[in-house]
Amino acid sequence: MIILRLFLIFCKIGIFTFGGGYSMVALIQNEVVEKYHWLTAEEFTDLLAVSQMTPGPVGINTATYTGYTVVLNNGGEPWMGVMGSLVASFAVILLPFIAMLLLCRFLAKHRDNPIIDIIFRVLRLTVVGLIAAAAISLASVENFGSWNISHKQVIISVALFVAVFVASFKFKKSPIMLLLASGAVGFLAYYVF
Amino acid sequence: MSFWNVKVCKTVGYSSLFYSFFKIGTFTIGGGYAMIPLMEDILVDKRQWIDKEEFMNILSISQAMPGVFAVNMATNIGYKLKGVRGSVVAVLGNILVPVAIILLLAIFFRQFRENQVIEAIFKGLRPAVVALIAAPVFSMAKTARISWQNFWIPILSALLIWLLGVSPVIVILVAGVAGFVYGRIKVGKEGSAK
Repeated sequence: MIILRLFLIFCKIGIFTFGGGYSMVALIQNEVVEKYHWLTAEEFTDLLAVSQMTPGPVGINTATYTGYTVVLNNGGEPWMGVMGSLVASFAVILLPFIAMLLLCRFLAKHRDNPIIDIIFRVLRLTVVGLIAAAAISLASVENFGSWNISHKQVIISVALFVAVFVASFKFKKSPIMLLLASGAVGFLAYYVF
Repeated sequence: MSFWNVKVCKTVGYSSLFYSFFKIGTFTIGGGYAMIPLMEDILVDKRQWIDKEEFMNILSISQAMPGVFAVNMATNIGYKLKGVRGSVVAVLGNILVPVAIILLLAIFFRQFRENQVIEAIFKGLRPAVVALIAAPVFSMAKTARISWQNFWIPILSALLIWLLGVSPVIVILVAGVAGFVYGRIKVGKEGSAK
């Protein structure tokens, strides 16, 4: 029963999330924490932090985690918790997936329409601004550290930012390599020394 | 130029499609936008399955549609390359490792929370993730054929989102409608000129 409930709620979260990321966080918080009390506010904040640090989209991560936790909080066995987390993850992508397929069909049919071509010329320009805005708002205290708390962290963060930016933009280094190197720098700078 | 260029679709195998999205899903930390540089690196530069203009078309559509942004990207690119089955393969590849990792974390969460080694590593990762998102903005501006007539479009949309807190969905939808209206006028004019 709880698993069916999970399925329906996460279907709803999936289809009503526009713009991904933070808009989904708001919706999940509303349903999972405030309406159904499946997670406490503290658990939810921890989960967001972990989602930022583990692979994958925050929407999927939250669905997976909530699915497991809810079933266990309701007295389910661990294997049922695993079921719950798979069902919630599946539900959150199901309806958007279908909507996207329908759109793909439409676009494949009308691929040479000149108006669609012009629409996408405008959209491509808009997306440049979109990503710029995301980068600007991510250059925050949470990601770079606070000058008042630690000079060291801000200096290292800015140095890492510049190094990775140049390596990626100018020298086309692979993002995977750059992330592994940055993780190693973090380990050395903040743990070893 | 249409939404998808079709020239390269036939040679893609399901296994290489799965593997590419598996890699993208596994190495993307921070979700959503953090996936863009790696997707571009693998799909556009290395595999050359899609070109840069197509990539940006797919980006704008994925942003405007409901659901998880990264999954929308995978659905669309999978469909372009191998149809509905391609979508399923790409999405599964993309979410497999994230789901497995979070499931393990859900089971063992408490022990991970206060780990200082992990915290140190992530302090290094966070600014790197931001740099990886900032870098493609400039090369994308070039691909979008930025010029003196249209450079205000990306700047205006960035300011609307960043300063005024307008939802990216609204910005994309308005840009789409504006493009449609402009297209109707332009195509109409050319039609009557003939």
